[in-house]
Amino acid sequence: MSVVSTPSNVGVAAPSARAGIDPRGPQFVAALTAVTVAAALLLPPAAGVVLAAVQAALFAVGATRGVQHTPQAWLFRTLVRPRLAPPPELEDPAPPRFAQAVGLVFTVVAVIGFAAGATLVAQIALGLALVASVLNAVFRFCLGCEMYLLIKRLAPA
Amino acid sequence: MSTGAWIVIIAVVVALGFGLYRAAVDGRFRGTHRLRAASPEPPATPVSESLLADTEWAGKLGERATLLQFSSAFCAPCRTTRHVLADVAARADGVTHIEVDAEHHLDLVRRLGILRTPTTLILDRTGREHTRASGAPRRNQVEAALSAL
Repeated sequence: MSVVSTPSNVGVAAPSARAGIDPRGPQFVAALTAVTVAAALLLPPAAGVVLAAVQAALFAVGATRGVQHTPQAWLFRTLVRPRLAPPPELEDPAPPRFAQAVGLVFTVVAVIGFAAGATLVAQIALGLALVASVLNAVFRFCLGCEMYLLIKRLAPA
Repeated sequence: MSTGAWIVIIAVVVALGFGLYRAAVDGRFRGTHRLRAASPEPPATPVSESLLADTEWAGKLGERATLLQFSSAFCAPCRTTRHVLADVAARADGVTHIEVDAEHHLDLVRRLGILRTPTTLILDRTGREHTRASGAPRRNQVEAALSAL
């Protein structure tokens, strides 16, 4: 017996009804993100700020239009997915989309930090984004998603 | 070496270390968690009371055991866990699967000390916690924990 659709947890039970995405898509996008963010850290700040701004713009697209509608997702669909076997299971696009919003916050902090001359602040923000994107790319682990409940818990009862 | 290069190295090492640690412990059932007292006064109710007493699921305990899953909206492994637990519950007699949206039941989440989703608690027939696992458990892990009940 399974009790999953009581009125209070419809939000959790519903995703299976939505269109799923290939879970390797967000993973591929996270790998590209890790490369971009690492490059932003390794290049001089003048170039780093440009890369951070580009990454922030990509995150903004993913967070507002959905992860399926970013240029990297298009790359995945045209170049990578045709070479892969079909995925065993599709995934709800909401978690990776939320993660894009978290990434957007970090990269915007980085851009502001670079622009304000606070290079170390910018680099630490990029370092956190790099941790999250490597976790996602290697382990399919969504750090932003894990933080979600912790942040909710911190809100006053 | 530049500060940026150091940050890249540290970030990659931290991510790989944390990811490997999580991969090792995810889904493992590891005893019970001590209940957090919701208020400073000593508990007036007996400790043996069901964790789900006073909740909307109070009457839904399984005859033998209950698989209590905490999920959240932005949680890909919660979906996998739902399939595994629903399937185990369907095959085993007297075992019920209950999925709770953690975000909308924060009181229960705080009381039970749930820190991440998915977290799965195995309750005995009286609703007491037998064991719990955070992260998506595999079918054999759930079945082993159930048979130890």
